[in-house]
Amino acid sequence: MKRKMTYSQGIWEAFDYVLSHYPETFILGQGVWSPWYVGSSMKDLDKKYGKERVIDSPVSEGACTGIGVGASLFGHRPIIIHPRMDFMILAMDSIVNQAAKWSYMFGGQAHPCVTIRSIINRGGEQGAQHSQALHSWFAHIPGLRVVMPYSAKDARDLLVASVLSNDPVLYIDDRWLYEQEEEVEDVEELDLSTQGPKVILEGKDITLVGASYSCLLGLNVAKALQNEGISCEVIDLRVINPLDISPVLKSVKKTRRVVSLDGGWKNCGLAGEVIASVVENIEPGLLLSKPTRLTLPDVSAPTSLELEKKYYPSHEEVHHLIRQSLAS
Amino acid sequence: MDAAKLMEKIQVEEFGGELGDLANPQKYRQNLSIHNQDMNKLIIQLEKMLLIRAVEESIAELVLSKEVNCPCHLSVGQEAIAVGIAQHLTSHDRAFGNHRSHSHYLAMGGNVDSLFAEVFGKKTGCSMGMGGSMHLFSGDIGFHGSVPIVAGTIPVAVGAALSAKLSGSNAVGIAFFGDGACEEGVLHESLNFASVMKLPMIFVVENNLYSSHMDIGLRQPNDSTARFAKAHHIEYRVVDGNDVIAVDNAASYLIAKARAGEGPGFLEAVTYRWLGHVGGNADIDVGVRRSPSELANWKERDPVARLFRALEDKHIYSASMFQGYKDYLDDLMKSAIKKAKQDPWPHPEFLYENVYYAKAI
Repeated sequence: MKRKMTYSQGIWEAFDYVLSHYPETFILGQGVWSPWYVGSSMKDLDKKYGKERVIDSPVSEGACTGIGVGASLFGHRPIIIHPRMDFMILAMDSIVNQAAKWSYMFGGQAHPCVTIRSIINRGGEQGAQHSQALHSWFAHIPGLRVVMPYSAKDARDLLVASVLSNDPVLYIDDRWLYEQEEEVEDVEELDLSTQGPKVILEGKDITLVGASYSCLLGLNVAKALQNEGISCEVIDLRVINPLDISPVLKSVKKTRRVVSLDGGWKNCGLAGEVIASVVENIEPGLLLSKPTRLTLPDVSAPTSLELEKKYYPSHEEVHHLIRQSLAS
Repeated sequence: MDAAKLMEKIQVEEFGGELGDLANPQKYRQNLSIHNQDMNKLIIQLEKMLLIRAVEESIAELVLSKEVNCPCHLSVGQEAIAVGIAQHLTSHDRAFGNHRSHSHYLAMGGNVDSLFAEVFGKKTGCSMGMGGSMHLFSGDIGFHGSVPIVAGTIPVAVGAALSAKLSGSNAVGIAFFGDGACEEGVLHESLNFASVMKLPMIFVVENNLYSSHMDIGLRQPNDSTARFAKAHHIEYRVVDGNDVIAVDNAASYLIAKARAGEGPGFLEAVTYRWLGHVGGNADIDVGVRRSPSELANWKERDPVARLFRALEDKHIYSASMFQGYKDYLDDLMKSAIKKAKQDPWPHPEFLYENVYYAKAI
């Protein structure tokens, strides 16, 4: 039955779904008993499923993530929570050296099916160490599936798929999307290995590519431009590692123009990867304009509100890049 | 978890805080005291130590002759620790190792041919030729992986212990690591977590007094790592790691306690490696203290000889039995090496497999 659901409700429902349907799941992370850390996305799960299965942890990102890896080798499907991505940097060894490589370095004899949920939580004058979007780092690592939902349905169903995947998955949600609402059916169990980029708005003049909040940015501008007779195709990447670029190529071959949007930095980032993949996979001369990208400037997040306004990619900037592309 | 449980204090014995004679190779040289011991068990332990030594010495030669090229960190001199502990583990337990884990794998019953094949990078290796010496796996015997990132598997083993506790299994998680790993932050996070959650977890420090080339005295203000267990209210034992009976007794106590749901244990076993940090050389020209005389002194505290002489004195295991077993191992090594050399390489397409469980896109 169709009903309205927000992005943060979607996350909550995914937890509710896996905890009720799969007894091998448990949650471990900082702040999961508190109303402050993860917003409403995990509210009262500890009361419903017990504090033995929804475990608020010591301040130990590294150990807790490694503990998730270890528990996942013995029949459990742990979900490790990092309420803010910046702090997850302390868990890099467990994510990059252990989880991502475990299957490969032991010849496929063991598979750490841990899910690591990390939240991008920016704005509000939180500054350089409370605002980062580091997804591109993780998408660089073979063996680690990296999921970045844009829609409320994906926030729910890709989280369920992440937990049910037999691979380690980094699931990254963005607080700026929590109030996004859409009509959804009941939970659909998806095989994460078959999930990839999707066209979420069809168009013929230009392709906009993004993941997570960048998708919303592109979609808002695309909708506004419809009134002006400009038809943008918007692609939601959804899973950024491993990255299936074929839907993007198909779209760009049709529109012959592309703008790549990303909430991370520019150098060695996701936006650049999309453009490189486009350029190396289509015939020279097909494009009608130079591919462009919109990213953060290569500086740390400021705190002051006026600087923050300038720092984050805006609708106006997306608008500008589209017009620039269409003008050439 | 209720507040009362959180506040529960585990009694820890008073400990002077420094290793003292345990780190002195002039001490603890005497034959092991085997009075009232199970002699069959001691013979098995002696032969297991001899097996580990034979494998390690064979690999050292293969490294020196450049037939084996992956980094090999060898445990000659440290055999008693793995052997004394493995006695108390079953295939349901969850052991994890580090860069120096041939001994753990072998003590738990790992296949000798598969180990040689692995260091040669062959398809028949215990990690399918994808791991080499530093990434060993044998899940069927309870050895769930070794990796060379210092302290990398400690939280993974704690996760295995958490999983055991959550599912009501009586398995224990066990992490083997060295004194160097005690300088990593994640050990302290892991000790804290295991203690506050009262997990069935055993931390084993093989304190060989060196991390790579660096003497522990240059790295830590105190040469005993058990102080970290004490700080986290974890019961600990500090033993002569070259005395298989002492290791066995301490492991027996701590593992039984963890299995019974009484929380984690920490075993510091003091030892010395006869070879260098990596490869087949003795590395006597590095660090401040490691010298030919220090090495010679520690060889007098040989875990194998101390047990063998004790058994020989009591006419339980003769010199000819000892030599006979070494000859048997010699043949075993030769055939394992010959087989490993003849074994096939991984198929070229294997390069792209097992990155993901289900092949990606």
